[in-house]
Amino acid sequence: MPPFQLLIDEHGNEVMAVLRGAVGRDGADDCFQDTFLSALRAYPKLRDAGNLRGWLLTIAHRKAIDHHRARGRAPLPVAEVTETAVEDPDPDDGVWALVGTLPPKQRAAVTLRYASDLPHAEIAAALGCSPEAARRSLHEGLKRLRKELR
Amino acid sequence: MTKLPMRRLAERAAEEDLLDVAYTTTDSPFGRLLLAATPKGLVRVGLPNQDADELLVDLATRVSPRVLEAPAQLDDARRELDLYFDGKLDRFDLPLDWRLSDGFQLRVQKAIRRIPYGQTRNYTEMATKAGNDRAVRAAGTACGRNPIPVVVPCHRVLRSGGGLGGYGGGLPMKRGLLELEGVLDK
Repeated sequence: MPPFQLLIDEHGNEVMAVLRGAVGRDGADDCFQDTFLSALRAYPKLRDAGNLRGWLLTIAHRKAIDHHRARGRAPLPVAEVTETAVEDPDPDDGVWALVGTLPPKQRAAVTLRYASDLPHAEIAAALGCSPEAARRSLHEGLKRLRKELR
Repeated sequence: MTKLPMRRLAERAAEEDLLDVAYTTTDSPFGRLLLAATPKGLVRVGLPNQDADELLVDLATRVSPRVLEAPAQLDDARRELDLYFDGKLDRFDLPLDWRLSDGFQLRVQKAIRRIPYGQTRNYTEMATKAGNDRAVRAAGTACGRNPIPVVVPCHRVLRSGGGLGGYGGGLPMKRGLLELEGVLDK
C-alpha cells in the first residue's frame, strides 16, 4: 500500500468538494476528518488498491449520510445566506446550497456525478443501489434543481 | 485551493492510535531533511540527497502504511535539530525507535549514538564495541545503513588511517558536520 498521505494529497480536495456539496461548509470539515479517519483505520487491511478514489468517495458519502442522520435530517441553514460579502467566495455556492436541500439519495447522486465525476456504476456502488436506481436519483435531482434555478 | 483540516486530522489519528508514522520536513544548512516518527520515537531521518518519496514508501512497507504528514508530532525533533545546526546543542535527547535495524547493525548503531559530540571513532573501534573486532567491514556497512543519521552521529565514524570514509548524505555534508562540531577546521 502506498503511504496514506498520498491518498490525501491526491484525493483530499475532491473529497472536500463532495462533502461541501453534500453537507454544506459547516459540516464538511468534521465529515472530512471522519472520512479519512475511517479510511486510515481500514487502510492496512485493504486488499485492493485499485480504486482508492472510489473507496474514499464511498466512505465520504456514508459520513455525509451519518451527518444528516445525526442532525435529524434537519434542512441546511441555506436560507440565512446574506447579501454581504463572505470570506472565500465560491461561485458555485448558490447551486451547491440548492443541492444541499435535495433528498439524501438525489443529493448524493448529484454530488458524486458532478463534484466527483463518477460514472453511474460507481455512484450505484457508493449508494448501494442498482445503476438504474442511481441514474433515476440523479435524473430526479437534476430535474428538481432545474426547477429551482428557473 | 481549499484548506483541508489536516492538523486536526493528524491529532485525531494520534488520539485514536492510528498515526503509525508521522513525518515532516525541516530545513538544515545542508538542505531539507525528512523526519519520521512512530509513537515510540524518531524512526528515520532522510538526508537532503535522498528521495523523500522513496523513503516514505519504504516506511509504508516496513513499518505501516498509516503514514501521515503531521509536523506537530515532530516539534521536539525539529527544535533539537535546529539548535544542533546552530551549534547550541551537543546532545540529542529524543526518544528513538530502532525497529529498522537489528542484530550486529543495531549494536553498532547504538554504540555510535554514544560517541560524544566533537569526538570521532574509527570503524575498527565500532566493530569492537559491537562485540566483533574483526567485523570492520560490517561495521562500515552498519554506519552506512544508519536509519537515523545526524541524531545517531555516524558522521563521527572515520577510517582508521584518518580518512573521512563514506557518508549517506555525501562527503561534503559529513565534512560540514565535523566542521560544525569543531573536529575539522573550516
